[in-house]
Formats: sequence, structure tokens, C-alpha cells
Amino acid sequence: MKKLALLAGTALALAVGAVSGASAADKLKACWVYTGPIGDFGYSYQHDQGRLAVEKELGDKVETAYVENVAEGPDAERVFERFAREGCGIVFGTSFGFMDAELKVAKKFPNVKFEHATGYKSAPNMGLYNARFYEGRYILGQIAAKESKKALAGYIVSFPIPEVVMGINAFMLGAQSINPDFKVKIVWVNSWFDPGKEADAAKALFDQGADIIVQHTDSTAAMQVAEERGLKGFGQSSDMIKFAPKAQMTAIVDNWGPHYIKSVKAVLDGTWKANDVWEGIKDGTVHMADYANMSDETKKLAEATQAKIAGGWNPFTGPIADQSGKERYAAGVVAPDADLLGMNWYVKGVDDKLPQ
Amino acid sequence: MLEAIILTIITAATPLLLAAVGELVVEKSGVLNLGVEGMMVMGAVAGFAVTVSTGSPLLGIVGGAVAGVIVSLLFAFVTLTLVANQVASGLALTLFGLGLSGLMGESFVGQPGIKLASLDIPGLTTLPFVGKVLFGQDILVYLSFAAVFGVSWFLNRTRAGLILRAVGDNHASAHALGYSVIGVRYLAVMFGGAMAGLGGAYLSVAYTPLWVENMTAGRGWIALALVVFASWMPWRAAIGAYLFGAVTVLQFHAQALGIGFPSQFLAMLPYLATVIVLVAISGNRRATLFNTPSSLGKPFVPDR
Repeated sequence: MKKLALLAGTALALAVGAVSGASAADKLKACWVYTGPIGDFGYSYQHDQGRLAVEKELGDKVETAYVENVAEGPDAERVFERFAREGCGIVFGTSFGFMDAELKVAKKFPNVKFEHATGYKSAPNMGLYNARFYEGRYILGQIAAKESKKALAGYIVSFPIPEVVMGINAFMLGAQSINPDFKVKIVWVNSWFDPGKEADAAKALFDQGADIIVQHTDSTAAMQVAEERGLKGFGQSSDMIKFAPKAQMTAIVDNWGPHYIKSVKAVLDGTWKANDVWEGIKDGTVHMADYANMSDETKKLAEATQAKIAGGWNPFTGPIADQSGKERYAAGVVAPDADLLGMNWYVKGVDDKLPQ
Repeated sequence: MLEAIILTIITAATPLLLAAVGELVVEKSGVLNLGVEGMMVMGAVAGFAVTVSTGSPLLGIVGGAVAGVIVSLLFAFVTLTLVANQVASGLALTLFGLGLSGLMGESFVGQPGIKLASLDIPGLTTLPFVGKVLFGQDILVYLSFAAVFGVSWFLNRTRAGLILRAVGDNHASAHALGYSVIGVRYLAVMFGGAMAGLGGAYLSVAYTPLWVENMTAGRGWIALALVVFASWMPWRAAIGAYLFGAVTVLQFHAQALGIGFPSQFLAMLPYLATVIVLVAISGNRRATLFNTPSSLGKPFVPDR
């Protein structure tokens, strides 16, 4: 019975392949929707690097298009709809906030393929993709706990969405694995992108005694403040070492190219399915910039942890307790992906009230 | 700690103050230029580009001012010579500036900039507490204060300032008296462009020495609002800019201290506090009305 189903499935896939193969005689148009400017040298910049990787890899088989600076909300819906009408074969929505708008358009255009980054709602023609950035953040936590002289890090964050909360938690779990009393001060700037505000937040955190800065916002401003003050920090999205040659210890680099190439190829081959892909350090989607400005011992530790995570170990492995001390995951239990993607609580030891 | 906070507040307030003082003069001449954001962002990209290309932040800020003047001339030509709608043209200028700056700055993304040097007077800058605040700032900070005093003096104490105000209050009468309404307004718009350009250059050369698209992040709009809420008085605009900067910075400190306010409320606070305070000090409605340029935003076509 199972075999039969498999056969039927293969036949179907072949049929679909034949159909889309016929229409792919002319170029496949792959389209991207970015929330920020591609010149942000951060999140949207890295997605665009992925788009360029697709162009380079697949050459004249594809044609790409993108719209940058798309506000998350009703505006986004119009952009997705326009792309769908303009004959895009696959549309990538690269920001969490596009989720509902993209889903609505995906339902309206069942023949167009959609992929949405970092969200949790899907459809038969809308797949999900994400990167396990938290794996990198666990490593940052360990480095911070090793290198901070005050056992205190400052953490600049944008909006209280699960992705960000998950990052804070992973960072703290990493730090606590080295120093159980490690503390973090959290500042919300309520923006993904405002260099001035990010710099002000970094200054405030340093003024209050933090000697290491972690950011979940996109610009290099905070790293420049760290460099100026002779303190340390971690880059975000891109390798920011040029901006902070003495301050950046490492950076979590988003490397979307491999995934985009795989997806676009699948559409060309007619094998595309609405998947739920969540790749990390192992697959190269999450790339750690060169470890620098830290002791050799810390560097070795970071490399060892990176290897352990690449080997399949999940930082969200119990025992993990929340702020109230209630055990969320017992020893040895790995938090399921669905829990991580909807994470709205802090682990024990975070001194902050989560904005709801 | 207090010193560090004050230093941060100064950097947060300076770009707003520079742009606001410029726009104040523009509006006093009867022109409403909503393109401050666009001029600022052009100043930011030009300031960064010149700084990186020449290695001199000082030339960079000059470049920022020049870029601001050039785009403001575009606005002046469209609204003063061609008498197009000022509101629409100003909005268009903002969109234009944001787009063009992104294009111009493409090759500068991901490049570190050079920071504008701060004043360092031996003996004075090292004074405890007041040293760095009073004698350790960069040139644009001092310039922003000079602009507040200068503009205040110019508008209220000089003949040229009187003419500018006359043009803004009643352009028909000023014209009848033989003053060149269009000429005065051209100069005012150019001054506004230069100041907005400086404000933008401050961002990319002093505040955060980097270029990224859209890096003004709405500061031009805040400067515009400050002018109105300051009822067109330079020193009130200064209070507004510093208040806005102060509350922005202090709410970060409040968050870092772990005072349990919702961060969304704290993020709103700078806007709220600035509006309330400026409205309160503008309490005298007649004086405010008196100070409002009556011809603001009205097109002028010389009858002969």
C-alpha cells in the first residue's frame, strides 16, 4: 500500500514537473520582498546577497526581481499581489511581519509558489524557511560569559517577537552554562533599523556597566560605539569586523544563498514543495564570523561548541526553567521546533519583563 | 554617569536642532518645505561620501551642506518659480531624496567612516564634569548653538530679518514695498537646505560614522514638528530638540535599569513629552498666532 502511494506520488511529481517544465521554457522569475533597504548592511542586505547568489549560480535560467523597504502590513499585500500578477514563479517574503499578507496572497494565487522566512503560517503553495540563529546566539552567550569582566552583557533588541525572545534565551543559556550568575540588561529600541537609536542604546548599556554588547538590530552603530569605548560586542547579520576591528568577537552571519539556490532549482526542476525548512550552523545558513579579540581558551571553547551544534546538538535541551523557576523542559528533553517558533517566555535569570 | 548621559543627549539632539533651525527660517519666509527628511538624507550620503573620498570629515560636512542646498534649490525652483503646490512638492522632495541617496550611496554601504574630531583644549577639556560637555564637543554641536543665537538675532534684530518676516507674513505688501519676495524665499529655502544637510552629515560623520540607506529614520519629520510646536521661535526649538533627545536617551537608561514600564510606552514618551512641554510653553495663544507666518504655504505670483 505504502509502495503504491509512493508510486502515485512520484507519478504526480513527474506530471507536475512536466507541466512546469513546459512553461519554464521561458525564464523562471524569482522575486524577493525585503522589509529594509538592501543598503542596510544587515538583514535585508544578506537576503539580497542570497538573491545575487541565485543569479550567479543559475545564470540565464532565472530572472530575479525585488522590492525593498516594504512596510510590514497592508502595503506588503499589494507588493506580493503585484509580484504574483507579474508572473513571478516563486516569491520570497523575507520578514516575519509579512506573514499574514503573504498568506492571503498565496491563497489567492494557488499557482504561484511562495516562501516565507521566519514565520509559522503556511499553505499548500507557501513554504517556510528559517535559520537557526539561536544556535549562534548560544555560542555568543558562552563567549560573553567567558570574556566579560563584570558578568554583565547589554542586549539591544527590536521587537518582542518569538525570534528575538528565542535569541535572548539561547544567549542566556549559553552564558549560564559558563557562569550561572551571568546577567543581561535588555533595551528595546522598537525599530529594526535606526543607527542613531542603536548607538544611543549601546551607550546607555555601556554607561550602566555592561562591557559586552549583543544586538538583534541591523546596523553597525552599536559595534562602532563598542570600538570607540574599547569594549567588546558581536556583529549581527553581516560580518562587521571592518567597523569594529578591535571590538567584534564574532558575528552571526545570515547566509541565505544555499537555501535560495536550492528552492529556485526545485522550482525549475518541478520538485518544489511547500516545505518547512529550518537550517542552521550545520547547513551553513548560520555562519559564524572569524572568532577574534578573545582569549585562546575562549576561542577553543567557541569552536568546540560550534562543532557540537553542527553535530546535531540543540542548545534548547533541558533542563530549562522559565523566569518563575518552573521547569519547562526536563533534563535531556529537546524543545520542539513549534515551541521555539512561538516562544513568549524568558528562561530563568533574565531580569526583564517581556513586553506583551 | 550623568556626564555620559548628557554627552549622549547632545549627540541625539544636535541633528534635530540643526534641521529645525533651518526649517524655521524657511517657514518664517512663508514657505512650507516638507522635504526636510529628503534634504537631511542627501546631506548624510554626501557628507559620508566626501569624508571617505577625501579623508576629511570637515570637508564632509561642507559636502553635506552643499548637497542640502542643491536639492533645496530643486524644491525652490518648482515651488517658487513654477509655483507648484508646496506640500506636494515637499513630500516629493523627501521621496526623491530617500531614493537618490540610496542610489548614490550604494557603493559606500559596508564601509566604515571617519568620525568628526571633537574639540580638545588642553586644560579645559579635561576639567572634571563640565570639561567634556562644554569644551569637548565637535564643531557641529557648537554650530547648532551658534545657529540658534544667530537666527534669533537675525530675525528679531536685523533689517534683513524684518524683511524676511514681512515676506512670510504678507507677501503682497512686501512685494508692493519693492522687496523681492521670490528672491528672499530662494535664500531662505537654501539656508534651510544647508542646515538640513548639516543635520544629515552630522548623522553620517559624527553620530554614527557609517552610511546606510534611510539612516535619518524619520528625524527630518521630527525637526519639522519641532518648528511648529516651538511656534517658530529658535530657542524653543532648541528646548524641543534637547527634550526629545533627553527623553529618548533616558528611556533607554530606564529600560537598562529594569524599571518595569512597557517599552512601547517608553518609546512613545519622547514624542509625548516634547509635544506637551512645547504646547505648554506656547500657552499664550495670541502670541503664538502673532508669531505664525501668515503667508505660510501660500503660493506667490508677482502681479507685475
